[in-house]
Amino acid sequence: MSSAPVLALAWSDWLNLLAHYLALSLLSIGGAITTLPEMHRFLVDQQRWLSDAQFNASIAIAQASPGPNVLFVALMGWNVGINTGSMANAFVGALLTMTGILLPSTTLSYMTARWSHRNRHWRSVRAFKQGMSPIVIALLVSTGWLLASAHQDPARDWPLWLLTAATALIVWRSKIHLLWLLAVGALLGGFGLV
Amino acid sequence: MEDSDHPQPQSLTDLFVSFTLLALQGFGGVLAVVQHELVERKRWLTREEFVEEWAVAQIMPGPNVVNLSLTIGARHFGLRGALAAMAGLLAVPLLLVLTLAVAYAHYGSHPYIVGALRGMGAVAAGLIIATGIKLASALKSNPLGIPACIALSAACFVAIALLRWPLAYVVLGLGGAGCVLAYRRLKP
Repeated sequence: MSSAPVLALAWSDWLNLLAHYLALSLLSIGGAITTLPEMHRFLVDQQRWLSDAQFNASIAIAQASPGPNVLFVALMGWNVGINTGSMANAFVGALLTMTGILLPSTTLSYMTARWSHRNRHWRSVRAFKQGMSPIVIALLVSTGWLLASAHQDPARDWPLWLLTAATALIVWRSKIHLLWLLAVGALLGGFGLV
Repeated sequence: MEDSDHPQPQSLTDLFVSFTLLALQGFGGVLAVVQHELVERKRWLTREEFVEEWAVAQIMPGPNVVNLSLTIGARHFGLRGALAAMAGLLAVPLLLVLTLAVAYAHYGSHPYIVGALRGMGAVAAGLIIATGIKLASALKSNPLGIPACIALSAACFVAIALLRWPLAYVVLGLGGAGCVLAYRRLKP
């Protein structure tokens, strides 16, 4: 990418990158994606370590790749490393951002999971899990809705919406393997039918 | 295993491989696959247990699916189980996404690729919606009662999906109300 910055990073810069993601980790309630605006402010606007195009491509590639969405964080670190002109630095960058975004949250989450499992018969723990259930189920449906409605133009995008609705119906009512549906989506999209 | 209705992961390797395999099937997010594999195929968890663990995983900071893998791993093999499940979820997909980043630099603008990603994105959205609809059946046994569950779910959907309110307020407000209500309905 022609607009990508060329960087020379010192030790303190790498530490700064790690520290920033360590701090973001505990703020990422609802997933790392909720801290995306802050990542953009830090990497693109403040430090100018990534171009806008690299930032957006990091998200798009992670979406297209199998695995948890949080991998977009690794790609941001990877691209910072690439901008220094070295593949080894790219690995370092990916390692630092992933360690940063995961270490605090997973530690806290692990301890909470152990605690809540040990005390699962407490009235307050049961009330929390049961009381949150309708909310987290609605959040799931909302996430799917928001992903689908990223396609804004009904006249052009109605086949995409139809595909989303048909997928939801098929998965709900049948036991078909999910990969078949993704393959159909890729083929329909690849041949320009949706 | 005397309880054949509720199988369990056999070993750390089983956890690692299971989570690797399900992560590799998850395009546009892994949650739909986690539910499909762990609840419907392997049956390590019932729908009710899954929703309860998911509630904790979602409220904690960090990627929800990573938190869920920690919880499930920890329940069977403690810290080692948590690490095995999380490593399974992340290791191979991480290598794959870095490979893809290199490939994308060369082929990312090809119209077939752009179209295929659009199509897969639409399917991924449908998978997540269906997962939510399926898990809703777990609410039948919820102490809140069905009318309260429907009201809370509907309000949450409207606030997040239609009004686009910030997640934190909605979770604190509606989730807090749900927890208080559940606390009062549960027998001490």
